[in-house]
Amino acid sequence: MASTPWTPGITAGRLSQEEIKQNFSDIDPLFEPHEAAVAADRCYFCYDAPCITACPTAIDIPLFIRQIQTGTPEAAAKTILDQNILGGMCARVCPTETLCEEACVREAAEGKPVEIGRLQRYATDTLMAASVHPFERGPETGKTIAVVGAGPAGLACAHRLAMRGHSVTLFEAKEKLGGLNEYGIAAYKTAGGFAEREVDWLLQIGGITVEYGRKLGSGLELGTLTSEYDAVFLGVGLGAVNALRAEGEDKDGVQDAVAFIADLRQSDDLTKLPIGRNVIVIGGGMTAVDAAVQSKLLGAENVTIAYRRGRDRMGASGHEQDHATSAGVRLLTHVVLRQVIGNGAVREAEFEYVTETDGGLAGTGETFRLPADQIFKAIGQTLEAGPEGLTLQGNKIAVDENGRTSIDGVWAGGDCAAGGDDLTVTAVAEGRDAAEDIHRALSQ
Amino acid sequence: MADLTTDFLGIKSPNPFWLASAPPTDKEYNVRRAFEAGWGGVVWKTLGSEGPPVVNVNGPRYGAIYGADRRLLGLNNIELITDRPLEVNLREIKTVKRDYPDRAMIVSLMVPCEEEAWKAILPRVEDTGADGIELNFGCPHGMSERGMGSAVGQVPEYIEMVTRWCKQHSRMPVIVKLTPNITDVRYPARAAKAGGADAVSLINTISSITSVNLDDFSPEPSIDGKGSHGGYCGPAVKPIAMNMVAEIARDPETHGLPISGIGGITTWRDAAEFISLGCGTVQVCTAAMTYGFKVVEEMKSGLSQWMDEKGYARIDDFMGRAVPNVTDWQYLNLNYVTKARIDQDSCIKCGRCYVACEDTSHQAISMSPDRVFEVIDEECVACNLCVNVCPVEDCITMEKMQVGQVDPRTGKTVEPDYANWTMHPNNPSSQAAE
Repeated sequence: MASTPWTPGITAGRLSQEEIKQNFSDIDPLFEPHEAAVAADRCYFCYDAPCITACPTAIDIPLFIRQIQTGTPEAAAKTILDQNILGGMCARVCPTETLCEEACVREAAEGKPVEIGRLQRYATDTLMAASVHPFERGPETGKTIAVVGAGPAGLACAHRLAMRGHSVTLFEAKEKLGGLNEYGIAAYKTAGGFAEREVDWLLQIGGITVEYGRKLGSGLELGTLTSEYDAVFLGVGLGAVNALRAEGEDKDGVQDAVAFIADLRQSDDLTKLPIGRNVIVIGGGMTAVDAAVQSKLLGAENVTIAYRRGRDRMGASGHEQDHATSAGVRLLTHVVLRQVIGNGAVREAEFEYVTETDGGLAGTGETFRLPADQIFKAIGQTLEAGPEGLTLQGNKIAVDENGRTSIDGVWAGGDCAAGGDDLTVTAVAEGRDAAEDIHRALSQ
Repeated sequence: MADLTTDFLGIKSPNPFWLASAPPTDKEYNVRRAFEAGWGGVVWKTLGSEGPPVVNVNGPRYGAIYGADRRLLGLNNIELITDRPLEVNLREIKTVKRDYPDRAMIVSLMVPCEEEAWKAILPRVEDTGADGIELNFGCPHGMSERGMGSAVGQVPEYIEMVTRWCKQHSRMPVIVKLTPNITDVRYPARAAKAGGADAVSLINTISSITSVNLDDFSPEPSIDGKGSHGGYCGPAVKPIAMNMVAEIARDPETHGLPISGIGGITTWRDAAEFISLGCGTVQVCTAAMTYGFKVVEEMKSGLSQWMDEKGYARIDDFMGRAVPNVTDWQYLNLNYVTKARIDQDSCIKCGRCYVACEDTSHQAISMSPDRVFEVIDEECVACNLCVNVCPVEDCITMEKMQVGQVDPRTGKTVEPDYANWTMHPNNPSSQAAE
């Protein structure tokens, strides 16, 4: 008998193939040319535009929009990719409402910014659909660089180094490249296998050799890399998940949200992916929203995001929060998970209301329980035990403004490095800038 | 409620909005729809002499210029005068005028520059009961190559001659439609008046190429890879048309000659502006061709509301009110000093005023690191470019300096008295006051 959203426990196939297809289709479909023209016409071509300042990769947004306006989306794509080689992915996953579009003067003027993200996608998709890779490798320098981790930071770094004529070896622990783009972002944001296509397109630059299944600390040692390569870039991300520190969190059904999303992203038939009837996601960031919304889209009856502070403190933007609630996810705030209840497998979750006090949180003593078949932990990730000798700042690798670590010849960027938001676009900027610094260092 | 009725050369219409002689007025079907939609009058599409009908191209007739969101700003056409038989047009004109006696029915005419040709057609038009005729001396394309249209309008002597024939051989009021494709529109207007014209209408379309196809290098509209200049109209030509209207309205030789204004009239506001420059009626084409006949409803309601707000009971109450204010540059008051002011509350910080001034003007706007834009009075010549490029209406304004204040740019005190270039010491021809 087929499952439904009301089937108890954790089960696959709560929704039909058609419903799943509909639910996981492209959330913001590609603009038609006319839509792009109308949207582009709204740009004022501001001087020293605030949107550029707001973009971590400093894409010349007014210029690329004008290039779309004048019928040259391919030139627009070049403008974008010059600054951000993963401009296609960033167009899909950037929280534009807190970056470029928040800074757009039309947001100030009429509360309706130019749709920069969708215009960016229009440009980059147009170019990629034509299979054009608009960059060429510079003359061979003879220098070799190890890039560890093929997420946004590592890919951006590798591409820029290859462009500068260096030979790059890209080490990736997993079976596919892309990092969180491939494993960690909601499927409807990057429908149609885009993450994989983008990586294939990026590698067209040449000069990048990929080694799969190579993980730092597991047979791949930093000391060896520094001796064998002229420079090393670490873009290893954050592999470990924070602990809940709630009683019973080791029960079956309590999972990492990132692992759930990774399984979902790699599944070739989502009707076969099990999901609980009652799902609770602990956390308040983008990963929490991505896990919660996709649980709902898989057919969970009740999905709740439980966050310990107020909505204004959530890592997920207001736009993301609205997206969650419109998908039918319930947002609970000022609650902390105290106990996971169940006999072997989770059955209920007990929460306590908390109040914020001078930055801290204090329990009110008032508790309540929610039925739960699955609890996803989305309370942030931490660096896996890093190589010895690297100075840390907080729990991340300390770097200077050029991405240099405490070890000579080793750079780092992306989520594993201290400073900057944990965003794809920030990782790209850090990878790119580290590559330029490596290039400068090796050119001396 | 304001009274929108007009009496132009004794031709009455319920409102000043007429459809210009053009494709929308080529046949009974369209004109009936126009009258049902509420247009005050029409100028029937230009009739030619009896004989084999005119032949049009069989490819595209129009080209266009767009603003944001494909808003049509300028239209160009290479369509000729009516290509339907003369007797069919005359029969239809008669029928429509009979059914809509309260609407103005003007018939546009273009026949060869021979007295016999005019003598032949005039009685037949008069027989339709039409209220008047408009002499098409304006179309710059096609017919001008055959010595008609703008080929006549560019020679004042021909205008005068043909106008005289028409007055001689017809009792109908004669409106002479002028071409803008000349250097000084006052000469053809004077010629029309000298020939006895009851009114002039202007402007006809402007010779133009709207675009070039960059694949086959053909001008648009392209006919088998070739293009011919067309007549340009629509919102883009309004400033040119209004200047020409004003030139005629304030020319002592033609002052008081009734004018029917034409050229890019798209909204009630455009119409009010033309009327204030001396027009008794206005003629519309491109707006109707872009949006359909219903636009007249907005034109009527808007004009009526504005007149009510301003206390004008009738069109005549504000007709020509702007004419005395159109003057020569040399008479502009040089003691009128203004400075740009930026309203920080409505500023959205786009920086367009700054870059326009910094790159292309007088470096009179400062920009702070947190994007506050302020006018530097010491540098501001009050050119108005910042006002023009600002996307927010009324965010930047020009504020008048008061008498007695010192202009920080020039260091001079603002004088109370009017003083113009003819009185200025730098003018070699100025007469020093003794």
